[in-house]
Parts: sequence; structure tokens; C-alpha cells
Amino acid sequence: MPKSIDRAEVQRLVAAGAQVVEVLPADEYEELHLPGAISIPLKELDARTAERLERGRPVVAYCHDFQ
Amino acid sequence: MSPRAAWRLETLGFEEVYWYAGGKADWMASGLPIEGSEARIPRIGDHARRDVPTCGPDERIADVRARVRAAKWNTCFVVTAERVVLGRLHNRELDGDGAQRASDVMRSGPSTFRPDVTVHDMLEHMREHKLTTAPVTTSDGTLIGLALIEELEAAHGGVSARTSSRRRGWPR
Repeated sequence: MPKSIDRAEVQRLVAAGAQVVEVLPADEYEELHLPGAISIPLKELDARTAERLERGRPVVAYCHDFQ
Repeated sequence: MSPRAAWRLETLGFEEVYWYAGGKADWMASGLPIEGSEARIPRIGDHARRDVPTCGPDERIADVRARVRAAKWNTCFVVTAERVVLGRLHNRELDGDGAQRASDVMRSGPSTFRPDVTVHDMLEHMREHKLTTAPVTTSDGTLIGLALIEELEAAHGGVSARTSSRRRGWPR
């Protein structure tokens, strides 16, 4: 089951090798995104686009805030 | 949006999935590094003076005053051991009864701004509200520093300090 995490946990997971995915529209990603994040907008998230992610590593998804 | 994305990823077979509840807004409001085409727009977190004096709530004004004056400042933030801002001392308080404790005379709950506010937006706000300084804290209230209008103006004059297209992190 996916879990909600805070900033400190994001930093810990990234240091341990997690992948970070921004799910906002691509133009928002182009303007600003977390270091090393991959852009997969929610509307485009499917089996094909998810192939950009490695299955053996944790994944952290984020958007702008608590939406 | 991110919880739905996390659930979608799980249905796609990913076994260890999280969503960052605070998201990009929380990340930027903490002054952490960011990437992208707008990453180089000057933001107040880059210009906040980290050397602004601080004191604990139980410190005597006489001791605080001596330290603040020696550092050639005219203000001091009253903070917890974790640097969370409780209040602020200005000249009026600093020049008062030296036997009093900082927490007895401080101005509680000063307005604070997040480090991701652009210099452009901050200057507009400061001019509109006749402010000369702006305390900069993370979203959980931890003091980063104090932005001074003259230093923001200097930064604004030398570079293309435009507003963020989405005015992120503003107002707080």
C-alpha cells in the first residue's frame, strides 16, 4: 500500500536510491522540479510511461502540494 | 494528485511506492535545491542574512542587547533551541529594562516569508507595506535569516529578477 511521507523521509529515501517522479503537467516540471526528478504527468501515467522507472527501486511521487 | 499517482503506480506493479505529501511547495519552502528553467530566478532565501542575531526566550535583555550591539544589528529574533521563531526584538525592546527576559518583551509571531518567494515579489510587497526587512523561515517556522530591502534591491538591479509565472510560495 502506498504511504504518505514527509520531506525528511523523501531525502532519506533518495539517498538510499529511490526514484522521484513529478506527476504535474510537463510545463510545470520544466519550470521547477526536485533534483533528479522524472516527469510523468498523472494524465500520462500508464504501463508504457512507467517503463521509465526501475521496478526494483522505491518510487516517490509528488505534485505541487497536498492536492 | 500524488496519492492517485502512487496508487496507480502500485496497480502497475511497483511494490514500494510513496507520495510526498508536502510536494514541490514544501520542498521549495524549505530552501532546498531545485532544478528547472526557473531555478535561477533570485529568491529571498538566497539573500537572507544568516548572521542576524538570535536569542533564547529566557535570556536577559541586557545580555541580548550587548550581543546585538556588538554585532552592529538593531534587531534580534527570539527562537527555540531548534531555531523556530517565537518573536522579535527591535530597538525599543532592546533599549528597555535589561533585567527582563526576552520572552517578556518580544513582539510575538512576526510575519515571516518562505525562502522561495522571488526577490521581485518580495520587493513589491515590502514597498507596498513599507517594510524594510523580511524574516525568512522554512514552512515549519525555522529561521533562515533576515532579508534586507537594500540587499534585495541590489540583487534585483543586477539580474533579471522576474516574478515566478505562478507566484509560488506567495503569500504565506
